[in-house]
Amino acid sequence: MSTAERIAPSYLEEGFSLRSWLGTRDHKRIAILYALGITFFFFLGGLAAALIRLELVTPAGDVLSAETYNKVFTFHGVVMVWFFLIPSIPATLGNFLLPLMIGARDMAFPRLNLFSWYLYIVGGLFTIACLLLGGVDTGWTFYTPFSTMFSNSNVMLAVVGVFVVGFSSIFTGLNFIVTIHTMRAPGMTWFRLPLFVWSMYAVALVMMLATPVLAMTLALIALERLFGVGIFDPALGGDPLLFQHFFWFYSHPAVYIMVLPAMGVVSELITAGVRRRIFGYKFMVWAIVGIAVVGFLVWGHHMFVSGQSMYAGIIFSILSFIIAVPSAIKVFNWTATLYKGDISFTAPLLYALGFVGLFMLGGLTGLFLAATALDVSLTDTYFVVAHFHYIMVGGSVMAYLGGIHYWWPKITGRLYSEAWARFAAILMFFGFNLTFFPQYVLGWEGMPRRYHEYLPQYQVLNVLSSAGATILAVSYLLPLGYLLWSLRHGARAGANPWNAQGLEWTTPSPPTLHNFEETPQVTGGPYAYEQP
Amino acid sequence: MIGLPQASGFAGRVDGLFDTLLALSGVVVLGVFVVMIWFCVKYRHGSSADRKGEAHRHLGVELTWTLIPMAMFIGLFAWSVKLWVVLRTPPADATPIYVVAKQWMWKVQHVGGQREINTLHVPLGQPIRLVMTSQDVIHSFYVPAFRVKQDVLPDRYTDLWFTATKTGTYHLFCAEFCGTDHARMGGEVVVMTPADYANWLHAHAGTGLAAQGAAMFRRFGCSGCHDPHAGVHAPDLDNLYGSTVPLANGSQVLADERYLHDAIMLPKLQVAAGYAPIMPSYQDRIDESDVLALIAYLKSRSNHPEIVDEYR
Repeated sequence: MSTAERIAPSYLEEGFSLRSWLGTRDHKRIAILYALGITFFFFLGGLAAALIRLELVTPAGDVLSAETYNKVFTFHGVVMVWFFLIPSIPATLGNFLLPLMIGARDMAFPRLNLFSWYLYIVGGLFTIACLLLGGVDTGWTFYTPFSTMFSNSNVMLAVVGVFVVGFSSIFTGLNFIVTIHTMRAPGMTWFRLPLFVWSMYAVALVMMLATPVLAMTLALIALERLFGVGIFDPALGGDPLLFQHFFWFYSHPAVYIMVLPAMGVVSELITAGVRRRIFGYKFMVWAIVGIAVVGFLVWGHHMFVSGQSMYAGIIFSILSFIIAVPSAIKVFNWTATLYKGDISFTAPLLYALGFVGLFMLGGLTGLFLAATALDVSLTDTYFVVAHFHYIMVGGSVMAYLGGIHYWWPKITGRLYSEAWARFAAILMFFGFNLTFFPQYVLGWEGMPRRYHEYLPQYQVLNVLSSAGATILAVSYLLPLGYLLWSLRHGARAGANPWNAQGLEWTTPSPPTLHNFEETPQVTGGPYAYEQP
Repeated sequence: MIGLPQASGFAGRVDGLFDTLLALSGVVVLGVFVVMIWFCVKYRHGSSADRKGEAHRHLGVELTWTLIPMAMFIGLFAWSVKLWVVLRTPPADATPIYVVAKQWMWKVQHVGGQREINTLHVPLGQPIRLVMTSQDVIHSFYVPAFRVKQDVLPDRYTDLWFTATKTGTYHLFCAEFCGTDHARMGGEVVVMTPADYANWLHAHAGTGLAAQGAAMFRRFGCSGCHDPHAGVHAPDLDNLYGSTVPLANGSQVLADERYLHDAIMLPKLQVAAGYAPIMPSYQDRIDESDVLALIAYLKSRSNHPEIVDEYR
């Protein structure tokens, strides 16, 4: 019980009114606000996924009409990408932990931080309005000229929602960069930063540099759709491939916005669970930076069969192979960190190990898609669907949940049920594989994605996938249950229940408004676990 | 691979690369999992394993697992590119067949005037080049059994080639999301022996594509300006296809299918040097199948060989 050492009230006790939350400038409270929004959208997007899997149990399109099905998968994609995955780790764990990890009192721009959350909510409201008014059927990729001249659905509402939420990303990125540059505690040099902070730094750069391109592209869609200015539609003299270049110039780096933070989280979880320094810290840092930089140069691998030239395909192919190298380095380093460790199989470590396994499968199948000659067959099939779900759901969601468990005592001051959490982590790993592994086979056997009906020969694998999805759904609902339960009934957590390294564990659980009583002095690198 | 027939000249080679990559991935996954589980068991909390000492020198290990994957990746890349170039370079003697995609059907026109919808008949053992365009949104022509796929765009001709190696009927899918009935925009490719194919062509022969184009050339009033005896100063179309056209802006363009298409649909885009930009757009009056017939007609008036553009 840490209140004995406590002088000031915890950040949760600073005020109980709605206003004290909605007007807060405390990075920790803003993180909680994001967590509420993100959880809401995760389950909303999950509901859409459930409808998709239900429809695909039988080859005939018998549950939803084709039109509704198209709207449901579009909604699933838009919500999961922009309202869950992209903000998930950065806006919740990043917001909460970044100042704590570098020994700062808050973010550099607390008001901008709150404003970013309001932008997120406004973007979310547009998206929900879009859904309530009938939805949108373009796919989350908004490919032209379908989205500009042919779709009769609420394209503009969806576009405005994504446009607005993009600025939330941009401002969050700006805040992170300035905070990391200017607010590190004395002695917290760049190469003493925890890898989570490095990942936040890299992701903030990507957010700031890539998201404006998305905003511009969406604005051009609006111009064409509303005013008939010919940009993408050939009937107006435009070029439809131009849209794909713009879109993937943002959306491929966006994949790294989703996965770099997960890599950061997992590095913290593994070192704490294994009680070892991270293996090859500097290689891990440079791998993060390398992925962020090269991530800007591989967008054309989404377009190998799009009509892009053969030579462009060759360049984008080699760059896509090269970006797999730093990812491989990370997987090997995490594995090597286990060597001579003192390993306790806590729930956060189980989530982290699950991440490594699933990320590796997702990464290796990425090589198949980087190989142009194979991509010809595999692109736009379920192979691609499986591949990016392994990275984003198997990877990012596992890491996000692992991080939520690991820092839960810090955030809430309560301990959750380890037994339930371990069970959920293991269930999630199996449920995930049962859902998505069959989709690799489906893709190789030729089943195109975004199909509301399919040939009977694909049914067995689809049924397996839908069965896995039910298990996966249970494993996502479990943490919602036992984590909420712990808020009231969980044992109170001490300042450092994992006996972990890192400045965040030197503060009380939950921390006070200003995080640190005195500015900490940093004298060594991260993960200084005692070696025998 | 189980379940998927190998019905084109590419299939075996693509599958060879796929199987190799699959085997390599399997070895990596197995290796990492075994090491991970071994460490997890050996160094579990409370075990008596020796944990003394720390490997301070990581450089050798790091370089090993950086450079070896890198070398493997470059090898795989080279293998894949070799195959990719073959996939993307149609042989000059490939028979062209024209495909127009629209929401939500595939319209096929053979040079001999045979037309089909959602079905494509091709002969065994002869290279076929599909010249494809879309009347509305982006579609994608995908035949899993052939291991080929190519997006079909509304503003250009894309091509896709293959040599069928096994008679039979194979699924054709639209692989690029194109709206409500995307999932139903499918059909089949029927591979026939050359003799059967010749019979099929004969039975379905219509007016040849070039002859259809010639009729349209008069019907749409093209001949009113482009006929050598017409009073209007308009470019002569004999030997136009395959020639190099100087443009009003000083540049030059190869008169390929896309140029001819754009000259009819978007004539202001590229105005031939020495001519006033008076050609009206036929965008709202001619559909893509008719443009293909007109192009076939213009090709018949040219001595230049078929252009097989490797830059596509």
